[in-house]
Amino acid sequence: MSRILLLQGNQAVVEGAIAAGVKFFGGYPITPSTEIAEQLADRLPKVGGKFMQMEDEIAGLGAVIGASMAGCKVMDATSGPGFSLKQEMLGMACSAEIPLVLVNVQRVGPSTGQPTSPSQGDVMQTRWGTHGDHWLIVLSPASVPETFDITLRAYELSEKYRCPVIILMDEIVGHMREKIVLPDDYSKIPQAQRKGPSKKPEDWKAYATDASLVPEFAPYGTGYRWHITGLVHDETGFPKGTPAATIAAQDRLRDKLMKHLDDIVTVENYKMEDAEFAVVAYGGASRSVYEAVDMARKEGLKVGFFRPITIWPFADKQVKALAGKVKGILVHELNDGQYVLEVERAVAGKVPVHFYGKYDNESATPEQVLAAIKKAMA
Amino acid sequence: MKHEFRFSGTGGQGLITAGIILAEAALLDGKLAIQSQSYGPEARGGSSKAEVIVSDETIHFPRVTHPNVLLVMSQEAANKFSKDLSKESVVVTDTLFVKEVPGFTGKRYDLPITHTATETCGKVLFANIVALGAIVALTKCVSEDAIVKAVLHRVPKGTEEANKKALKAGMDLIKNHK
Repeated sequence: MSRILLLQGNQAVVEGAIAAGVKFFGGYPITPSTEIAEQLADRLPKVGGKFMQMEDEIAGLGAVIGASMAGCKVMDATSGPGFSLKQEMLGMACSAEIPLVLVNVQRVGPSTGQPTSPSQGDVMQTRWGTHGDHWLIVLSPASVPETFDITLRAYELSEKYRCPVIILMDEIVGHMREKIVLPDDYSKIPQAQRKGPSKKPEDWKAYATDASLVPEFAPYGTGYRWHITGLVHDETGFPKGTPAATIAAQDRLRDKLMKHLDDIVTVENYKMEDAEFAVVAYGGASRSVYEAVDMARKEGLKVGFFRPITIWPFADKQVKALAGKVKGILVHELNDGQYVLEVERAVAGKVPVHFYGKYDNESATPEQVLAAIKKAMA
Repeated sequence: MKHEFRFSGTGGQGLITAGIILAEAALLDGKLAIQSQSYGPEARGGSSKAEVIVSDETIHFPRVTHPNVLLVMSQEAANKFSKDLSKESVVVTDTLFVKEVPGFTGKRYDLPITHTATETCGKVLFANIVALGAIVALTKCVSEDAIVKAVLHRVPKGTEEANKKALKAGMDLIKNHK
């Protein structure tokens, strides 16, 4: 049986978290992500979970890392200024390979910016916010139903690859309410599982791996002892900083994701079959683009919409194929030009890449996107 | 058929709640609906705006661009949110707060919304439900059954009867409107 509901994107995150089996949320509420913390505070105790409001955003993600080390599925949610604070802990989770899902409902920045207005100004920060070479996964939903699905997907990927997954949302998708059909009973939803230890505690090494390059995970408190550090470490988990150990550690963190791009990277193609021109957009900005493409089609313009759902790792292969298919590309973002740089890199001059950025606290109307399409096609 | 609604006024008047109720009523009728909002960083006061789009077909863009109905419950909202009205738009004002809708020459319903809430239910906080009743009676965008169900689903326990009265009083404002 299922239920028809009118939910916010933020509420769909909460439903997705409960359905995925999340048992711990640590965080510090901040607009426009507050509903996630607020509602998980109500929901988690009812399913045997814990909600912990910490003294600040850094400690929130710290608590989440701790709970994940104990074997829990965990979530944290934040926005702009809070996301900046979390970068230190995010790097720790990348290095120590701690599965976690962090939601960032973007608002206008920099600094406190505009708490209640839409923006997509954090897209590069999700990739390069924490220091050093590091690898993680970022997913961006464009609707309330997709937010639920992506939350489940985030746990599959995070548990499988033992890395942080960021759900990159924006005020548009986070706050708007739309129809979603949810199952009454979440117990039939498959639960993502970390790979457990295959050896006895005395023979087990925390960061030894097989061909998957993903180490086995032994929850704290189960008799397995391991050392967790943000320092470069070898398979024992203890620091080792030789050039060979450093390269081995870095390459494995990269390859465990980059060798599985077909599993990780998903995109949507909307009216692309016969398209001669493509718009590229993601998240909340997509909402204007769907309608603009419909309007363009009514005027006989062969325009399609290419939407990365996995934002990082970048959909290199798909964007290169796109550049071989269309005569031009327009990238639309709610910022002054960030993801467009990656599109340009992948397209590598094969076709012109145009940009329509909006950073005035409001989303573009479909009419404005259509005008940008026509200008780019002219 | 696509209906675009904008409810605007001051933070605390319950306009976002009214928007949610209208969108839920549309789903009960088997239609599609999207509700969005904008508000300032303040907890109370400041302009507040809730938007609802009701349609039989997929709705992509969630913001209202061609309002069929604008509800204004403060003069500031009337000044700020009336810029994209067309001649076909209908404006509903609360006579307690709104003196004019700048530049708008189309159909206007000046209704004693907050006054009716106080008269019927004894409290100004029922004004949003009175307004909702008036808008449903005016546009018939959702069925009476659905709006009653949606109101009862959202309001606190113990206030059901008062809210039903407020909804009916709002509908009567249109039925008795000359």
